[in-house]
Amino acid sequence: MANSFAVDEDRDAHLSGKKPPPPAVLALRHAVLILISLTTLAPFIWMVLTSFKPLAEVEQLNPIPSVWHPENYAEVFKQVPFAHYYFNSVFIAAWVTFLQVFTSCLAAFAFARLRWPGRDGVFRLYLATLMIPGVVMLIPNYAEMVQLHLFNSYIGLIIPASFTAFGTFMLRQFMLTIPRALDEAAAIDGASPWVVFWDVIMPLARAGVITLAIFSFMGNYGSFLWPLIMIKSEYLRTLPVGMLFFDSVYGRQTNLIMAASVMNILPLIILFVSTQKYLVKGIQLGAVKG
Amino acid sequence: MSSVKLEQVYKRYGNVTAVKDLSLEIRDREFMVLVGPSGCGKTTALRMIAGLEEITEGRVRIGEKVVNDIEPRDRDIAMVFQNYALYPHMSVYENMAFGLKLRKMSKAEIEKRVGEAAAQLGITEYLKRKPRELSGGQRQRVALGRAIVREPQVFLMDEPLSNLDAKLRVQTRAELIKLHRRLGITTIYVTHDQVEAMTMGDRMAVMKDGVLQQCDTPMEVYHHPANIFVAGFIGTPSMNFVKAVVADSLDGDLIIDAGSFHFDILESEKKALAEWKGKNVVLGIRPADIYDKNLRNPVDAGPRNTLTAFVDVVEPMGDLCTAYLKIGDVDIVAMLDGATGAKSGEKLQVVVDVSRSHLFDPETEKAIY
Ligand SMILES: Nc1ncnc2c1ncn2[C@@H]1O[C@H](COP(=O)(O)OP(=O)(O)OP(=O)(O)O)[C@@H](O)[C@H]1O
Ligand SMILES: [Mg+2]
Repeated sequence: MANSFAVDEDRDAHLSGKKPPPPAVLALRHAVLILISLTTLAPFIWMVLTSFKPLAEVEQLNPIPSVWHPENYAEVFKQVPFAHYYFNSVFIAAWVTFLQVFTSCLAAFAFARLRWPGRDGVFRLYLATLMIPGVVMLIPNYAEMVQLHLFNSYIGLIIPASFTAFGTFMLRQFMLTIPRALDEAAAIDGASPWVVFWDVIMPLARAGVITLAIFSFMGNYGSFLWPLIMIKSEYLRTLPVGMLFFDSVYGRQTNLIMAASVMNILPLIILFVSTQKYLVKGIQLGAVKG
Repeated sequence: MSSVKLEQVYKRYGNVTAVKDLSLEIRDREFMVLVGPSGCGKTTALRMIAGLEEITEGRVRIGEKVVNDIEPRDRDIAMVFQNYALYPHMSVYENMAFGLKLRKMSKAEIEKRVGEAAAQLGITEYLKRKPRELSGGQRQRVALGRAIVREPQVFLMDEPLSNLDAKLRVQTRAELIKLHRRLGITTIYVTHDQVEAMTMGDRMAVMKDGVLQQCDTPMEVYHHPANIFVAGFIGTPSMNFVKAVVADSLDGDLIIDAGSFHFDILESEKKALAEWKGKNVVLGIRPADIYDKNLRNPVDAGPRNTLTAFVDVVEPMGDLCTAYLKIGDVDIVAMLDGATGAKSGEKLQVVVDVSRSHLFDPETEKAIY
């Protein structure tokens, strides 16, 4: 097992190569795929085009602006402290991501590699929290943060989001695929559990950790409900919350909202494109080996 | 360097007793082989010595110290795993240096030790590679190197050769023996391969179902097996076992009556066997102690060690020839000289070396002689 670990995946992929299906099937398959891609892409394209329109044309069916208005983007920065929202969103999402990955790694290691009484029971309990819809937790979390005097603060925005049963589960499954003999070899070599975690398991779980980090960032960057109820002050507003106020303060400026939206999702698109390789790998590992 | 002592050690997993009342002393600098069929508890015993498995009952000592409650990292042992367990993300050098770094050794000393071990094992040119870029044999040597550089009190090895092809296995076997001679580190070596046990061990401990059957030098175990299991397990082809009764012959001599043939009792044991008269025994004859009467043999043909056999199948192998014989209704395997005239379907007179025959008690399965 140890020698095939993390070695033969690529080879297997080639070995399992089958004959291509007949052209008609292939064409149909592609037609369906293209159709789905278009329906997914259309709103994005519409959003980008609208962001260049003057306000008067926003409601028109013709998606192409008669005159292009790139200054819409500058206008966004003028009307609201958009750069600050940007900073808040990235700052909070980065902290949440870091903490989620950190806590998930430690917890996953404890669940996957250490032996302690009640381990599997605790794990099942933690996993069961996945069943609880996030919305249900809003009020209790809110009450807790108010009690702790963390309402309307960065810490209050970050801490409740820093633990993830899903991430723990994902990393645990990932770590379970690492041969136990490696921990044992390290233990005999003189490693404490902490060294095993840091020098053996973490480097080998890297693909899983990166995948989780990307998921975490994407999930939290766009988070809306929790910041909405936690934020009172303008200086704490994140992009999604900030854009909401856009709408009410200056009347409905759909073209500006679209420009803000484009800028909002830009980091996500960049992140996704640059890390696509890891994402696919991480998801596959989870599906095949988990 | 140090001795290892197991004192009435038990390992239970729920209802399963993997190791039962195991007492064994491995002397300082000794090469001890734990051998037995699959599932007999060899690995479990080794892992308890390593500290990877808790000891349910009994004591394990390394040197004079009881190590039951000591972490693996503080036992000063090194282990070679069956699948090598090399760290996939580290280079060969880092794999070998890992344990030394954790022991806070100076960089210069680490480089020196790893360099020396790598040179000894002929893996210097692979030091920068990752384990996945090595062949099985090379990985095996890296695993060995990782153990050697530590200069531990005790080496533990769990079937380290089982993933190598036959030729490499024989070669590495010899290298391991040489290495042990040079380093003189107490070694406990687990294998299910009796050839490895015979050729490598200063002593071997034969286990079955978690119970130690016999622990002695390979020659002693081969020539004086303690019971039917050991007699059958060590040696290929396996010893022949024949159900028989101790009886008086017509001339008043004490003999073994196997139904289809009569067989001599070892002269030196006759007195002691008087009390066995009329009782069931199991006669054990090794295939290599059966000779073709028509060739020149080291044993003389007598009335009760010369048997007439029907030849079922012959498998010539050059120097030697395996012959599957039938003597009456008893199946016997013989390793004859390659020059034998035995032909399948014909009769053959064979001579048996009585001095090397064995007798077992069928109830306790223990050796009578
Ligand atoms: N973790 C465990 N839980 C339950 N039973 C176990 C466990 N580990 C080993 N056993 C049992 O203990 C017995 C001895 O196992 P062990 O691995 O020591 O055998 P072995 O002699 O090394 O065999 P092999 O030659 O196949 O490696 C087996 O019956 C096995 O099923
Ligand atoms: Mg084993």
